[in-house]
Amino acid sequence: LSPGEYVAAAYGVVLVVLLAYVAIIAAKLARIQRQLAELLELTRRAPSAGDGGTRAGVVERA
Amino acid sequence: LRSLPAQALLAAALLGLGIFLAFFVAPEADVEGVRQRIFYIHVPIALTSYFCFGLGAWKALQLLWRGDDRYDLESYVAIHQGTIFGTLTLLTGSIWAKTSWGHWWSWGSNQLVLFLVLFLFYCAYFMLRFSLEEGPRRARSSAVYALFGVVLIPVSFLAIRLANDLVHPTVFTREGPQMTATMFVSFCVCWAAVTLLAYVLYRVELLGKRIDADLRELREALS
Repeated sequence: LSPGEYVAAAYGVVLVVLLAYVAIIAAKLARIQRQLAELLELTRRAPSAGDGGTRAGVVERA
Repeated sequence: LRSLPAQALLAAALLGLGIFLAFFVAPEADVEGVRQRIFYIHVPIALTSYFCFGLGAWKALQLLWRGDDRYDLESYVAIHQGTIFGTLTLLTGSIWAKTSWGHWWSWGSNQLVLFLVLFLFYCAYFMLRFSLEEGPRRARSSAVYALFGVVLIPVSFLAIRLANDLVHPTVFTREGPQMTATMFVSFCVCWAAVTLLAYVLYRVELLGKRIDADLRELREALS
């Protein structure tokens, strides 16, 4: 490889590693979003009578 | 949180400007030629790595001093960032070494070996952390370990001045930076860009981990 190609490789490695890191963070955020949707579904399905206090507490903590 | 998108955009713009300056404005070095342009990405990444490890140790000290649990996560995320930038330092440094010396690594260079020791020390931090159960004991043990590692940062940083080899010539001396003004400005822009990028990534990862912890707590409360 020529020196110029090594320079391009150095900058390319930085780009690839940073993109991989951002992709991992994005995947984790997508998982969190899925879990949040599941929890929301769970609270919607919960019977409304008798658990008003629990619901209020959940909303407050969230 | 509102400032995060603006900071991310600023980091991207600075990085673009820094790369433009490094490739099209900064003059080519006399001896190194085109391969010297790796300097504008390698050195800022290495300095950012030191900064992240230092930040992790500072947060660890605050955890031990104040006993506030939030510093545990902040310390962990900072060290995680330091390890990522440390990996990039080793990768870009090896590429520079290959094109300059003809081989990927030199065990004879104190600077290289000390940085590797620092990097491996903080890699072992994760082994320690994940071998313990979550709780105050893990937080304290991790904090103490992170604080021990901070001693290696000045040693690694100063090794460049103590080493008698020509592998890492001293560029920043008491007389000022040994480079042209254009080179120095390009370097400073790249350094600011990489530091800001690391800070943005630190905040995003921290935010994700905090939301994840809150979700876990919420799930436990609902079950």
